[in-house]
Amino acid sequence: MKFKIGIKEVVAMGIGTALFVVLTNAQIPLIVVPNTALQPRMAILAFLSAVFGPIVGAVVGLLGHALGDALFYGSVWWSWVIPEGVVGLCIGLFANRFAVKEGGFVNSKNIILFNVVQIVANAIAWILVAPVLDILMFAEPANKVFAQGAFAFLGNIIVIGILGTILLIAYSKIVGGSNNLQKED
Amino acid sequence: MSRLISYEKKNTPVHKLSGFTKLLFFIVWCMASALTFDTRILLLMLVMGLAIYKISDVKWKQVSTIFKAVMFFMVINLTCIFFFAPYQGSAIYGTRTEIVHMFGNYTLTREQLFYEFNVFIKYFTVVPAVFIFLTTTDPSELASSLNGIGVPYSISYSLEIALRYIPDVQDEFRRIKNAQEARGIEMSNKGRLIDRVKNVATIIFPLLFSTMERIDVVSNAMELRGFGKKKKRSWYSKKPLVFADYAVIAFIVVFFVATMVITYADGSRYFNPFV
Repeated sequence: MKFKIGIKEVVAMGIGTALFVVLTNAQIPLIVVPNTALQPRMAILAFLSAVFGPIVGAVVGLLGHALGDALFYGSVWWSWVIPEGVVGLCIGLFANRFAVKEGGFVNSKNIILFNVVQIVANAIAWILVAPVLDILMFAEPANKVFAQGAFAFLGNIIVIGILGTILLIAYSKIVGGSNNLQKED
Repeated sequence: MSRLISYEKKNTPVHKLSGFTKLLFFIVWCMASALTFDTRILLLMLVMGLAIYKISDVKWKQVSTIFKAVMFFMVINLTCIFFFAPYQGSAIYGTRTEIVHMFGNYTLTREQLFYEFNVFIKYFTVVPAVFIFLTTTDPSELASSLNGIGVPYSISYSLEIALRYIPDVQDEFRRIKNAQEARGIEMSNKGRLIDRVKNVATIIFPLLFSTMERIDVVSNAMELRGFGKKKKRSWYSKKPLVFADYAVIAFIVVFFVATMVITYADGSRYFNPFV
């Protein structure tokens, strides 16, 4: 597997981060657990990772979350920035398999693979990395951070699973199809 | 949505520093704040942060909305910590001084108050640093100075693009949102959860596809101008590091080492006034 940084990747990192930051604002709060919300921007992160690979995914996750926190909340929660990069990186590692730009993301095998990968990636990030970092940095109570982590995990797999998958299928159909002609029977 | 903090040109000592110096200061500062739990150091950092905030002449109205948002977040977070673990403080400091019994299994202890106070100021050591960094750093200058110290220019350039395109993408977001509202799609906080998810999707679809198009357009334009063909490039806003930069860098490194030494001198990262 080879991932190179071309002009397109440089621009994708930049504008992708900008998009991610802007969508920080479009959150749907879950009333049940404080300070966690359904984040549509996660679908964007998954999308960009799956299209442009792990480096773009990791940078958009890290930089996007850090900038988004700083611009909208005036503080940076590093313990939740790093897991975001982990999600982008993990999903991005399979970018070549998904073959989104070649129109390969329309068969069910890739869609299932994508969802398995995103669930595993989110599990690593939110059930493992984020709570552990919270405990290390802020000595926050374990049951609180694991509860928050579990909800972030659930919220994110739902958002990526539904919105992310639909976005990828739609994009793959548009850019991958060489033409719209169909053979007549 | 003029809520975003942004760079403002001014003539203060902080503005004159190179972007790289400020970025390094910011990152080391955050690391120090994340690693220590020593109340004395956190208070010192808070005071220093406020002093630099004063020097850099940040206007309160630039940051007040966001400040209120952080306060709101903190109140929720601290309450939440108390309800999940009312005796976390006692567990950390090893003693238990009860103040008042509240209800059921919840008793307010002095250790808990002190621990939550620490968490609170720990967040607030980062807040002024963020405000100062964002309001005093020129994005183009930051990119050029990052490249100047050896970061590959493709990476510094993508950071610059990110900062450059946030307002543009935000405009587009607002335009699409208005258009969807004009079609009668409810965007406010009313409605069921599932409907709100669907409504957000009606913004994200066009926004993402127009962004992908923008990526194509911008990267084609850059390719036409020969971006990435050579190993080096020159910068319009290049500023070499001067004495003040080296002084600040030296200071923050010494400061970081000192905080670590003081924090861990007694073998624990907590400052314990209870024993």
